[in-house]
Amino acid sequence: MENWVIYVLNGLYFASFLFLTSLGLSIILGVMGILNLAHGSLFAIGAFVAAWIVGAFGTNAPITLFIVGLFAALGVSGIVGLALETSLIRPMYQRALEYQLLITFGALLLIEDLIKMVWGGTAYYASKPFTVMGNLGIGDNQYPLYFLFAILTSMAAGLCIWIVMSKTRIGIMLRSISMDREMATAMGIRIGRLNTLAFGMGAALAGLAGALIVPTTPALLGIGMDPLILAFIVVVLGGLGSLKGALIGSFIVGETRSLGIVFFPEIELPLLFLIAVIILVFKPEGLFGR
Amino acid sequence: MGLKDFLLKPKFFVYLGIFILLMFMPKVLPIYQLMLLESGITFAIMSLGFNLLLRYTGLLSFGHGALFAVGAYSVGMMGEYFPEMYRIEILIPVALFASFVVSTIFGFICVRHTRVFFSILALALSMVLFALLVKLYNITGGSDGIHIELPMMFGKSYEGVKRFEFLSGAYYFVLICVFAASTIIMLGIVNSPFGKTLQSIRDNEVRAEMIGIRIRRYRLYAFILSGLFTGLGGAMWSFVNGHVTPEIAEWVFSGEIVYMTLLGGFMVFEGPIIGAILFTYLKLYAVSFTQYWMFLIGATLITLVLLLPEGIAGGFVKLVTKIRRTPSTGVA
Repeated sequence: MENWVIYVLNGLYFASFLFLTSLGLSIILGVMGILNLAHGSLFAIGAFVAAWIVGAFGTNAPITLFIVGLFAALGVSGIVGLALETSLIRPMYQRALEYQLLITFGALLLIEDLIKMVWGGTAYYASKPFTVMGNLGIGDNQYPLYFLFAILTSMAAGLCIWIVMSKTRIGIMLRSISMDREMATAMGIRIGRLNTLAFGMGAALAGLAGALIVPTTPALLGIGMDPLILAFIVVVLGGLGSLKGALIGSFIVGETRSLGIVFFPEIELPLLFLIAVIILVFKPEGLFGR
Repeated sequence: MGLKDFLLKPKFFVYLGIFILLMFMPKVLPIYQLMLLESGITFAIMSLGFNLLLRYTGLLSFGHGALFAVGAYSVGMMGEYFPEMYRIEILIPVALFASFVVSTIFGFICVRHTRVFFSILALALSMVLFALLVKLYNITGGSDGIHIELPMMFGKSYEGVKRFEFLSGAYYFVLICVFAASTIIMLGIVNSPFGKTLQSIRDNEVRAEMIGIRIRRYRLYAFILSGLFTGLGGAMWSFVNGHVTPEIAEWVFSGEIVYMTLLGGFMVFEGPIIGAILFTYLKLYAVSFTQYWMFLIGATLITLVLLLPEGIAGGFVKLVTKIRRTPSTGVA
């Protein structure tokens, strides 16, 4: 029985950083209508920045350094996202879909190699926060407290996004753009700036997610590929531009993955894709899409 | 445009000239270059099929790598499990049949959507296949893939023959014949009433439906045809490469397919062929030139999208029309 609890809790941890990644992807797709294939690379930037900061100060670095790493990852990925939007993506809004997809695909190739240039091809380890925080005993099993920390962090970030989106002026403008772009322009909303802002916000969320994962997995080249594909599934499951959708979607994917690895490891990944396909066939707008 | 009209067009003689030129390539090119050209030609067969969807139906598939993998893997699996039937005249129909089945399933699901959701759906389905190829390693060889033996061709066994001898000999001529046949068939398809129907759906979905075209069904037909060409390309490629791995089903390869089609210029019929062959060289030279080859490929891709969105063939056609038009307007 207690094993079950652990599996479900592991799934929650997995879901927590997936939530952040897919939330960013979903905001970008919802507000700007662009499927950002480079999102996984922004995730990877976050992972490398955090791992590098934690690793650079040796073994006796204080734990608060990891918090600094988290914010640094958030900032660096956000800035890269802003640069990406203003330089490459901005000329693409009026262009056909194939060009929009290809430009982000090109950005993905660029960033992957930029990471290689900056940090080299080696892995960066930052498992310190994981070991320092210790474990929580649940029955006979141990549950790492770090997982709890990651879940809470991602909840907090999600709450911030929710407050921004539903309570502030900027959030209302962003939502109006995702509902009806032309009408929003007619009402005098400056779409250009808000697009940049939305892209930066999405990128920062991806970076934060990447930073949260490094205490359990080393930062390696290509670390962002898996989360990108999984975030697609989450967005497909949950529906476009919906915070609730991203939350429930990542919960489903996280738990399917965590339980799948235990009970049917061979078909765990195909099963996820099949779920996404079935949902897309019967409910194309996703579970919580408009 | 019927076949008769086509035979009289100057374009036909250009095609014929290129075909004859290709016939002499094994005499001219060193073996290494020839193998590159061959893998370029297999990609060209695939991109013909890809462009039927993109240019003529208006659907951008981001999962065509999976259909390519179906062709390649059906050759590999036949070699593994039915070695007595490992003849090219059986393997090609088998690969076509396998791609027919898979693209029917994929198409049936994908054509329910258009635009970006079609792309995501194709991507998700291709990743299902990728995951299956990796995870069912007892059958598919997992991430190690399958080694492709040299097949029997028209009753002649090539056992003990070196791969490069095989590739520069009889196989090369089979390949360019298949390539020529696919080009002519595809040309026939896009100029047929069926092809025109597809284009009408692409241009105005609502109007096409109003005049009684069953748009979803036609999209499915286009998807299946496209899958057949892609699978054929995959099967021909597997012999050239000598090894198939699941990477060709992954979405990054599907992205490269989109890239090569746009590099050549997808609005021109011949564009994807040029793009496919060029991309093969571009990628290989980028890989051997620097360890940061992805940077190079990505930079060229971005430059292409920003500065030359019509691709190479499209840019060429535009230039030609510009030159032709200038004197005539000058006279008038």
